[in-house]
Order: sequence, then structure tokens, then C-alpha cells
Amino acid sequence: MMNTKTGKLIVFLIAGAALLLLPIILQSTGSNSWVRIVDIALMYVLLALGLNIVVGYAGLLDLGYIAFFAVGAYVFALLGSPHLADTFPAIKAMFPNGLHYNIWLVMILAAAVAGVVGMILGAPTLKLRGDYLAIITLGFGEIIRIFLLNMDRPLNITNGPKGISQIDTISVFGLDLGKRLTIGDYTFQPVTLYYYLFLFFVILAIVISYRLQDSRIGRAWMAIREDEIAAKAMGLNTRNLKLLAFGMGASFGGVSGVLFASFQRFVSPESFSLMESVMVVAMVVLGGIGHIPGVVLGALLLAGLPELLRHVAHPLTAMTDGRLAPEILRQLLIALAMVIVMLLRPKGLWPAPEHGKSLSK
Amino acid sequence: MEVLLQQIINGLVLGSMYALVALGYTMVYGIIGLINFAHGDVLMVGALTSWTVIGWMTSASTGLPTWVVLLLATVIAMVVCATLNFTIEKLAYRPLRNSNRLAPLITAIGMSLLLQTFAMIIWAPNPKSYPSMLSREPIEFGGAVISVTQVVILATTAVTLAFLMWLVNRTNLGRAMRATAENPRVAALMGIKPDVVISATFIIGAMLAAIAGVMWASNYGTVQHAMGFMPGLKAFVAAVMGGIGNLAGAVVGGIALGLIESLGAGYLGKLTGGVLGSQYTDIFAFIVLAIVLTLRPSGLLGERVADRA
Repeated sequence: MMNTKTGKLIVFLIAGAALLLLPIILQSTGSNSWVRIVDIALMYVLLALGLNIVVGYAGLLDLGYIAFFAVGAYVFALLGSPHLADTFPAIKAMFPNGLHYNIWLVMILAAAVAGVVGMILGAPTLKLRGDYLAIITLGFGEIIRIFLLNMDRPLNITNGPKGISQIDTISVFGLDLGKRLTIGDYTFQPVTLYYYLFLFFVILAIVISYRLQDSRIGRAWMAIREDEIAAKAMGLNTRNLKLLAFGMGASFGGVSGVLFASFQRFVSPESFSLMESVMVVAMVVLGGIGHIPGVVLGALLLAGLPELLRHVAHPLTAMTDGRLAPEILRQLLIALAMVIVMLLRPKGLWPAPEHGKSLSK
Repeated sequence: MEVLLQQIINGLVLGSMYALVALGYTMVYGIIGLINFAHGDVLMVGALTSWTVIGWMTSASTGLPTWVVLLLATVIAMVVCATLNFTIEKLAYRPLRNSNRLAPLITAIGMSLLLQTFAMIIWAPNPKSYPSMLSREPIEFGGAVISVTQVVILATTAVTLAFLMWLVNRTNLGRAMRATAENPRVAALMGIKPDVVISATFIIGAMLAAIAGVMWASNYGTVQHAMGFMPGLKAFVAAVMGGIGNLAGAVVGGIALGLIESLGAGYLGKLTGGVLGSQYTDIFAFIVLAIVLTLRPSGLLGERVADRA
């Protein structure tokens, strides 16, 4: 017993050290682009973990998940950029320096707003199952994007297709993550600082996911996923539980949206296309639906590999006369991965060891 | 009044294209219970194939009248799409027919993405202008205008629908299709080969989508790799609206959706005092879907309660 315990501890410590050292090693290559790729991959992990609550635990296929990411990103973009103050003189008069709210308040607010939007959008879909739910959530995702795209008139709220720029960076306890940090001789790049922030949130999300999975609520969700009628007969309030799943998943999306907005310092409706929703669903399903290590693996693979490919694809692009541009190659790889993995391993690359019947039939 | 008539004409044209695509969805869904996300992209392949064929025939200067060129291009597009959809079903959907409900859906989404990517590689991602092969002279009546292309679209849709109704209701294949949709196992016991029927369904659906693709391209004048996804989704909405699995329902749903969109686009700005304009057209379909599924999940003409998934 003792041995396995120390063994686990050692593995845990090594993995922890590797995660902490990773950006420093990547940063030493001299360019920030590798660290950036890892940052973006971590953000997708966060999104995939959020969607996993909806799809994996509660069994509700949501194809419009990116909308909540968009809501979070825009909440922060509006509260943390000069856009609103520049557009509306009344706000300018009240806040001459623009609205720059505390990031943690904004994050709680974004999680709450996204959660409420998630519940509102989830409400009409409660009676639907499976395929219909997928189509209608996809529709809602598109509706939110269309509104973001067109809400620049008559009142300029979202600045339309041009997007919102000059968004604040995040400060943690007075440390501005947007600026280089020099300790002794060593300089941490902003991307590296953001890496640690994202890593913190990913670990938090993993812990929350595990705790949820074993909780009363998590077991109730899984009961609904396996057999909704039986779950109802056991006295579960399926309506509230489904709404809770939508809201919970959406608030994860909202928090990732805030991180995204402050990391990119720019948001536009383009970043929240249907393709992104499909990507996140693909991550969850390819990795192993409802299984946290699988979901993390799926997100890292789908977010990371195409980016790696983009860096090594230049000879291929040149060879094919520009037809296989890196962007196209990336999409090709994702599409092929979705089809092939589903054909060869319908349960995902790293499925949960024990299954209910609706997932493993 | 003229605006109303004009929007009704536009709505009918749009709706008849939705109807053709919706039929493909509804037939496939009726038989194997799969939302074939790639169906809209089959429409795109049809449109782009016909664009290429028209390009070839024009540059070869065959001297054929333009309507013959368009007809030939449509036929070739139908053959290509039929082959494509047959292959997709065989390679990607058939192995998953008895697996859980998520796997085929994800495969279909992947397939849609794959078709778009291949189209980008073959035809390059930029939008291309689609030559107008029929007379551009608009016909005027009652203050509204209708183009020759639009008249042809309406007529072709009517003929195609009549042919499909005959096929489904009067032929052996049609009877086999209806039997398989009703109960695949019993149908198989009666000597029907489900695989053959399912392949035939995909082939017919693809041909309808190819016709719709050529119409779409002729009506709007541009073709591009992403052109099929939205019409595909909306056609699915139309199919659900009419009652999924129900052929007449798909047609009714398609035309109703076309009218809703076009009238909505025409009047939304006026009704809301300019706050919301025609740029919000795309959201109608989804709002309609939400309303239909909430109030009448079996659709306008559907009998079954839609709880297949």
C-alpha cells in the first residue's frame, strides 16, 4: 500500500514540476509562439471541461457552447476596455478613465451572466432529446453570434464586426500579467505569466469536475443521462437538474471567455463561429465523453497538434502551390480525426472505464 | 402591396429550394434516424461541380444553347453528388449504424467539415461568380418582378416533387423505402434489403440536393465552399417543422420557412422602427424551430411524437 502511495506522490510531483517548467523551457527557444500555443490549448481544456458537464455528465448534446464563451469574453471586453466610455458620453461623464473593473469581480459577473444565459437558452430545450437538442443549441449559438455581429447600431454596444480592442490585461495581486516580470536575471514573458494563470484555472476546473462527478448532483445528472424517465421516477427534479447542468457548463465557458478576452486583448464575433463549438464538442467526444482525463487529452490533442502542424506545414504548402495552406490543413486534420476516431473508437480515445448503457451500448 | 407580392415570390423561390434539401434530410432521418449534417455540403458540391462543368463547356465553345449547358451541368452534378453521398454512407455511416446516438452525429459533422475542406482544396476558398445561363430579362407582373431563373426554379421543383411522389408512392422501391422507415426488421423479413434501400435513399437525396445546389447558385450568382451549411441547417429546420420523416411535411415546411424568412427580412426593419433589420434574417429559422419544437414537437404534418433519439 505504502509503495503505491509514494509512487503516486512521486508521479504527481514530477508531473507538477514538468507543468511548472514547461513554459520556461518553451520560452528558452527564443520565441513566444510555442508558449502561446500551450496557452490556447489550456483554454480549450477549460472549455472542454465545461462542455463535459453538459454533454458528458448530463448527456445533453450542446452544439452552441461557444456562445457562452462569447458572452464571457464580451462581458470583460465591455467592462475592461474604453469602448463603452468612448461611445456613450453619459458613461464617459461618470467614469472619465473608462470602466476598468476589478478582474475578479468581472470574472464572477461573467460566470453569472453566462450561467443565466445558459439557463435561459436551456429552458426551451428541456423537453427535447438528442438530435433536436443539438440542432436547437446550434441555432442559439448562431443567434448570439448574429446579435454580437449586428449590435453596433442603432446603439453601438458590441462594435459589430470590427470587434472591441484595447482590453485590459489581468492583474493578479497587483502583478500585471500583460507586462514582463523580471526576477533577478530571469525575465518572464507575459505569455508565460498567462500560462500559470490558465494552468491554475484548468486545475481548479479539474478539481471541480471531479467533485461534481462524485456529488449528489453529479450522480443525478448521470442518472438522467442513462434514463430520464427512471430518474424522474426516483424523485429527481429533472428540469432543475438539467437547467443546473446548462448553467454550470455555461459559467465555465464564461470564465474561459474572460481569460480569452484579456489574453488576446481583442474580441470580435469571428472568434465565436460554429466551427469553434464543433471543435469543443469534438474534443470532448474524441477524448472520451464524461471521462476527465480523456477530455483533457482530447482538448490538448485537437488544440495542440494542428498548431504544431501549422509550424511544420510550410514545405507542404509550398509543394502544393499554396492549395494546402496551413489553415486548410488544420481543418482537414480535425475533420479526418473526427471521422476516423469515431469509426475506429466510437467511445473516444480514452473512455471512462465503467459505462452506463446509453454510452456504451 | 408590391413589396408584399415581391417578398412572396422571393419566399416561394427560397422555400422551394429549402424543400428539395429538406426532402433529403427527412428521407434519411425517417429511415436511419440520423441528422446528416453533410447534406447541405452535398448541395455545395453540386453547385461547384456544375460551375466547373459550365466553365469547361463555355471555354470549349461547343455552340450549344446556354440552357442545354445548364441542363448538362445539372445532370453531371447529380451524378457526382449521388456517387459522393453513396460513398459517404457506405464508408462513414454504415459502420456506425448500430452504435450509440452520438457517434454517427459527430461523424456527420466531421463529414460536413471534410467536404468543405476538400472543396477548399479543389476549388480554392475564394467565392466565385456563377454565370447566368438563362435570360436575365425580368418578367413583370402586378408591380413585382420575377426572373426567368426563378420561374425555372419553381417549375423544376414542382416537376421534381411530382416525380418523387410517384417514386415513393407507386414504385416497388418507394414501397420498400416506406416499409424500412416504418420498421427495418420486419421489412427485412419481407425480403427487402435494408442496405440497398438506405443506399437508394442517400442517392435520391443527393440528387435532390444537387438540383437545389444548381438552383441556389443560379439564383444568387456566387458559389463557395461554405455555401451549403446554412441552407442545409435551415432545410433541416424545415423538415422538423413539417414533421420529420414526412415527405409532404418537408415540402410544406420548406416553403413555409422560405416565406417566413423573406417576409421577415422585408418587414422586420419597418416593424421594429429600424432597430432590427434584414441582417437578422438568419435567426428566424432557429426561432421558428424553437417554437415548433416547444408547441408541436411532431411538426405541422407529423403524427408520431418525435422522441426517436
